[in-house]
Amino acid sequence: MQVPLSWYLIVAAALFCIGLYGALSRRNAIGVLMGVELMLNSVNINLLAFWRHIEVATASTPAALSGQVFAIIVITVAAAEAAVGLALIIAVYRNRRTVAIEDVDMMKL
Amino acid sequence: MSIPQVTVSHVVFVILSAIALIGALGVVTTRNLFRAALFLVLSFIGVAGFYILLEAEFLAMVQILVYVGAIAILIIFAIMLSQRLMAPGYKASNEQWLWALVAAVALFAALAFILLNVGWPTAEASVPQGTVAELGKALVDPDQYLLVFEVASVLLLAALVGAVVIARER
Amino acid sequence: MDFILNFWVEFGAWVGGLLSNWGLPDWAVNLIADFLGVLILVVIGIMAVLIFTPMERKVIARMQDRPGPNRVWPYGLLQALADAIKMLTKEDIIPTHADRALHMLAPLIVAIPALLVYAVLPWGPGLIGQDLNIGVLYIVAISTIHVLAIVIAGWGSNNKYSLLGAFRVVNQLLAYEVPMVLCILTVVLFSKTMSTQGIVEAQTIPYFVTMPVVGLIFLICAMAEANRSPVDLIEADSEMVAGYMVEYSGMKFAMFFIAEYVTMFAAAIVISTLFLGGWKFFGLEDLAPVLTPVIVFAKSVFVIFCMLWFRATFPRIRFDQLVGFAWKFLVPLALVNLMLGALVVKLTENIWGQAGLMLLGNVIVIVVTFFILNRAARRMKEAPALKRIVAVER
Repeated sequence: MQVPLSWYLIVAAALFCIGLYGALSRRNAIGVLMGVELMLNSVNINLLAFWRHIEVATASTPAALSGQVFAIIVITVAAAEAAVGLALIIAVYRNRRTVAIEDVDMMKL
Repeated sequence: MSIPQVTVSHVVFVILSAIALIGALGVVTTRNLFRAALFLVLSFIGVAGFYILLEAEFLAMVQILVYVGAIAILIIFAIMLSQRLMAPGYKASNEQWLWALVAAVALFAALAFILLNVGWPTAEASVPQGTVAELGKALVDPDQYLLVFEVASVLLLAALVGAVVIARER
Repeated sequence: MDFILNFWVEFGAWVGGLLSNWGLPDWAVNLIADFLGVLILVVIGIMAVLIFTPMERKVIARMQDRPGPNRVWPYGLLQALADAIKMLTKEDIIPTHADRALHMLAPLIVAIPALLVYAVLPWGPGLIGQDLNIGVLYIVAISTIHVLAIVIAGWGSNNKYSLLGAFRVVNQLLAYEVPMVLCILTVVLFSKTMSTQGIVEAQTIPYFVTMPVVGLIFLICAMAEANRSPVDLIEADSEMVAGYMVEYSGMKFAMFFIAEYVTMFAAAIVISTLFLGGWKFFGLEDLAPVLTPVIVFAKSVFVIFCMLWFRATFPRIRFDQLVGFAWKFLVPLALVNLMLGALVVKLTENIWGQAGLMLLGNVIVIVVTFFILNRAARRMKEAPALKRIVAVER
């Protein structure tokens, strides 16, 4: 017997909520980014769990692989966003000498 | 309701979810940022295990290659380059951590309630269509996902150029 | 006679039969059989260290016209054992303000990716740890965990020189991973499958004959991934002492070296699988399937001999030259080969036609590359002396 679908969804929801707590409560900008990455991972688990458990018609319909393709694109976008986000954090650190996000609250120095 | 038979996949699922959730909890609670990055790597590996259990092994390898091999290293480098000002006496959580905790727990309760009470279409999962060859063909087929593929590559190029320009030393 | 010829497969079946005859349930038989398989693979990996440490020192010594280690047993063949005993008796030091957990974690996880690779290497028609249908992608993905272990080692030593050494190593490893993946893609184009067993079975002609340039690029990248000379700045005593390993002593230091040799052996077997035909040897594998592990071992020993030959011959390359070589030379070359491979695969379906066209394409690539390098070298020679020094420095 398979692992039922609801188990995967519960674990993904738990990961999402832990990532949400991390994104809302960390002072360090990199900590916030790590929370965001956790949330993106949980979304991916959801996508693949639904892809696996929902019956699709045949292999030739475009929707047959949409779960996997969607997950690949989410991973791609997460990589791009992590790169740009970390570049921003490094640039802010060079200018303001701080990475605590509550200190970066004015547009001008 | 009959007690479901416990198979190896159930045991493996429990172990993997323990790994992923312990990693995630470690990320958001530990004060040392480098250890938080290592817990994040643990969580990523747990999630890759989930993908293998869901019979999407190409995704699992891509997850390890991209997340563990690239994003985690990026995060660790960023931590090393900006570490000096986070002294040990610094608090890791800001002053609204309690409200964030309440929000996260409330959201989890709501989601769990919904997820357990919806009758999911319990299709006995068919053999998943898609070997890696099918996936490759789907990504470059004009009738399927070619546009998505091209847009994603342009996005990656823009992110690459942008990251290099933003983080450049003047 | 049949039992002898098909020895390994028959032996596996016999062990399985023995276990189930003892009355164990089905899942226990599977578990024990898998566990035994894992044990054998790990032992093979560690034996690589014992065999190749003295082999390396003797071979390089003979190339340098000196005897090499010859005190331990006849011809110094048990030298690795003597080294191991020495390492075990050394004091275990942890630097004062270093993060203890991280300092002890790094040697633990540095050898794991190298050993995990052995699970998908084929030793014969039925002899493989697990025939994943994404075998080579698994190998590439697992190698990226090695990078993480090095970063942890560099950071956990609380020493800015080991941190800088770790940065350099990560730079080198990530730079050489890109041409490696492009070469693997070219091989997968021709064999139409990512499973290692499938790649071996698709090689009626070894891919090294079909695409020598791709094989050479992969060899260079594999050597750089294993941190072997001439790209071993980390271990060079005249560079940052021992780079990220400088604060480690005793058995932890030995773990890093074990990891390097295990990686080297795994890389050699991967090269012999992808490019030299794996367990095939002109039909010998059909006559006597028991000899296929010997064939694989012989081919990988040959590849390791080539790596040692490189080490004994070339001087060390400077770090910026090394990274520039990867990005500016190997990546365009690998991309050109990939496009050439895609073109050839589409032009004809016949295996011999594909092989011939790809060989022709590779020869053209070599000729054009030499032509371009020749012109660049001549232009640099005609430049005035000061500009030449500045150009080399950049």
